[in-house]
Amino acid sequence: MPITRDEVAHLARLSRLALGDDELDHFAAQLDVIISAVARVQEVAAEDIPATSHALPLTNVFRPDEVRPCLTADQALAGAPAAEGDRFRVPRILEEES
Amino acid sequence: MSVETLMPYDEALARYEPVLGIETHIELGTSSKMFCGCATAFGAEPNTQVCPVCLGLPGSLPVVNRAAIESTIKIGLALNCSIAEWCRFARKNYFYPDMPKNYQISQYDEPLCVEGHLDVEIEGDDGPEVHRIAIERVHMEEDTGKSLHVGGSTGRIHGADHSLVDYNRAGIPLVEIVTKPIEATGAKAPLVARAYATELRELMRALGVSDVRMEEGSMRCDVNVSLMPRGSSQWGTRTETKNVNSLRSVERSVLHEIERQAGILAGGGRIIQETRHFHEDTGSTTSGRSKEEAQDYRYFPEPDLVPVAPAGDWIEELRAGLPERPAARRARVKADWGLTDKELQDVVNAGALDLIEQTIAAGADPAAARKWWMNELSRRATALAVELAALPITAEQVARVQAMVTAGDLNDKLARQVFEGVLAGEGTPDEVAAARGLKIVSDDGALAGIIDQVIADNADAADKVRAGKVAAAGALVGAVMKATRGQADAGRARELILERLSG
Repeated sequence: MPITRDEVAHLARLSRLALGDDELDHFAAQLDVIISAVARVQEVAAEDIPATSHALPLTNVFRPDEVRPCLTADQALAGAPAAEGDRFRVPRILEEES
Repeated sequence: MSVETLMPYDEALARYEPVLGIETHIELGTSSKMFCGCATAFGAEPNTQVCPVCLGLPGSLPVVNRAAIESTIKIGLALNCSIAEWCRFARKNYFYPDMPKNYQISQYDEPLCVEGHLDVEIEGDDGPEVHRIAIERVHMEEDTGKSLHVGGSTGRIHGADHSLVDYNRAGIPLVEIVTKPIEATGAKAPLVARAYATELRELMRALGVSDVRMEEGSMRCDVNVSLMPRGSSQWGTRTETKNVNSLRSVERSVLHEIERQAGILAGGGRIIQETRHFHEDTGSTTSGRSKEEAQDYRYFPEPDLVPVAPAGDWIEELRAGLPERPAARRARVKADWGLTDKELQDVVNAGALDLIEQTIAAGADPAAARKWWMNELSRRATALAVELAALPITAEQVARVQAMVTAGDLNDKLARQVFEGVLAGEGTPDEVAAARGLKIVSDDGALAGIIDQVIADNADAADKVRAGKVAAAGALVGAVMKATRGQADAGRARELILERLSG
């Protein structure tokens, strides 16, 4: 089932990507190829192969509850596009929902 | 915002049956975060408890905190849940800057604990009434950062120019406890909701998994309410009131939503499925995010973490280590201390149960331990606007003061002065008593001179006693107490006075 242009537009909105009409068409076609390729896995999936979400056959990888050194506020904010009062400054939130 | 017509509560209940659902977030009291080693202390300077993992920097990988899993299993067991043999974390994708990764690691269709229950008790019309609250699931996730909205007139999201984010809280282990629909509670719905939150808080405290301070956000309730017309079995549309941050607010928010929704339904309107915000000052709720913008979270199994598969013997070990449940403990304490339901309720509400029990363990008798915590110390905690447990005095110190009373070194009045000194930071009870010279004077030699003076000053009363009117001695004892600023042993002073005047 090919991915539709509307679905790409929906995903773009959820991902906060501003895509133009021509881009939607372009990406819909590209994503369709990718999804079709991945879908071929279903052709070899058999009853005796359980679905898996991880490449490693591991469970229960834990760490002890111990505090490790943290970054300083300056280090944490070093890569931030904007900061104010040791906090990350971000554009107003939820403007589309106000 | 349109003006809403509330329907009076009794009328609302006569016409509609409320159905509740409560989602409670509990911040676990682990030393480090859920997926990294950052500290979790409340109130640290902004962005000083962060690292590449909880800031979502490229190349960082989360590793699960074993203590957080243990705490969650304990919570599940205490809520009579089944523990999953195998479960995974999931990514909940969304764009909101409270998580720097653009997703929150949570659990979706594979929660760690499922299908439990918690019994809660309320005061019914004919005595105590137990309601069994069914638990749907208990799952793990990570807490989000804290946003400060700047530029708005109220500091809320609406009207803000921009927001400032502190990620200290991002990644703190969070447990979400979700009830199944709570039905057939009728007019008691607000009380049941509050009793559930109260019992859950007591249980978390007993388990020692969280400090469950609602005012600091380490326990947060989201309360779902819907109404259906009496006689109908079709549930109505629900609203979800977010972050209700006190037990009293849980009760008030349910009550308000019942009155508000009934008003809308009776007026022919429809309830909008939405998130609402509770306002402490007015006890009302206002519309928040509309669920018409329902988020598409695109959950998928977290590829950076392997599944959690708690072994049976690990679970049994945790089960064996569970403390006494709060309800069982209350029943035991009530019997041991000889309390009425009301007295027990007062002790629990005052947060004095642990303190009194510790004071008894330190040697005080139950009646005295309860008396000090519930009267003198509660009064002082109220005056200082702090919780009883936050008073700068230990159970051992209270037991020590009581020991001094029992030994006859202090009377209640002097004991209160010792408490005052200890709370003022003047030292231990013994140090305060010594420094302030607080000790009952029962030594005959010390009293003799004072009694002579009192008899001389109160000749009339003394004459009456000499004439056989023993009751008149009371005035003389009072004068001795006054002269010694309350430190005389009143009983001994009376004996000495009578002895003196009968000769």
